[in-house]
Amino acid sequence: MESSQAVYQGLKKAGIDFVVSLPCVNLGKIIKMVDCDPDIIHVPVTREEEGFGICAGAYLGGKKTAILMQNSGLGNSVNVLASLFKLYQMPIIMILSHRGTEGEFMSAQIPMGEATPDVLDALEIAYFLPETPEDACKALSGAWLLSEMGGSAVAMLLEISFW
Amino acid sequence: MKRITAIKRIAEQLEDELVICNIGFPSRELYAVKDSVNHFYMLGSMGMASSIGLGLAMAQKRKVVAIDGDGSLLMNLGSLVTIFNQDPKNFILIILDNECYGSTGSQCTYATTVDLSRIAEAVGFRNIYSLKENIDLKEILKVDGPVFVHVKVEAGNADVPVIDMEPEEIKERFIENLNR
Repeated sequence: MESSQAVYQGLKKAGIDFVVSLPCVNLGKIIKMVDCDPDIIHVPVTREEEGFGICAGAYLGGKKTAILMQNSGLGNSVNVLASLFKLYQMPIIMILSHRGTEGEFMSAQIPMGEATPDVLDALEIAYFLPETPEDACKALSGAWLLSEMGGSAVAMLLEISFW
Repeated sequence: MKRITAIKRIAEQLEDELVICNIGFPSRELYAVKDSVNHFYMLGSMGMASSIGLGLAMAQKRKVVAIDGDGSLLMNLGSLVTIFNQDPKNFILIILDNECYGSTGSQCTYATTVDLSRIAEAVGFRNIYSLKENIDLKEILKVDGPVFVHVKVEAGNADVPVIDMEPEEIKERFIENLNR
């Protein structure tokens, strides 16, 4: 299975019907698939923190939500993840394109690349690193249920080697 | 007028509408004047009221009123651009503008020198209301959203207690009510 197709299929299997996004070059294809899907409300946002806020509202309104973003945006979202999502035990699937990992050509990505797992740990957000597209699809298909039952965001980190 | 008076006037005119209320004293004041299963009280994540409101408005059909503050909106100005672009007909954003950070000691915000209504206008909002003495929501509740309502209020907080509900309780009650 192609990597972007696998992530998209996984989101569909999970029943995700509301997605906010901020592009990363690696998420380009997935964002297009989501945008073209009439069964998914897709909201491009101006900043990742805003996206999380919108997803919280959508969840309150009955939607199953996900965010497509680059890991750097995690840094902009720590407070909303702690003081809204964790505090109220709200679910969300986070799909992070993980820059600054092995194979990264841009040194500016390294600080947040290295900090990302630690930030997720600090927020007690469980994350999964799929090795193959099939892994990703399988993990995502159960991710919403996991997130909702656990009352916590769950994250999938897609490293450079995944694509 | 005092912010709690403005909140009371707003709450009196709402029936079926869903309300997302900003953190700190605004939520405490709303809870004190009129609690409702239609209210979601924010306790943290300052700046997010307008975004939570947008998501809720886009997710379902009922009208959504987000009660926000000037300091909070300034933290998330991009939200106005997203709201305008998503164009939710069922969304009203009310900014209770006391030109200060009321819950941290009333330090001034830049709303003293920058008119938030003009920012909304520049973004492209078509329905903008600036209210001061008369909080009449009749027309505001009738027009297509998104509506930007700018209410100047006095600085100062009412003497109201902390909300005696747990965050999860607030969330569960709100969701349960919506699903009824």
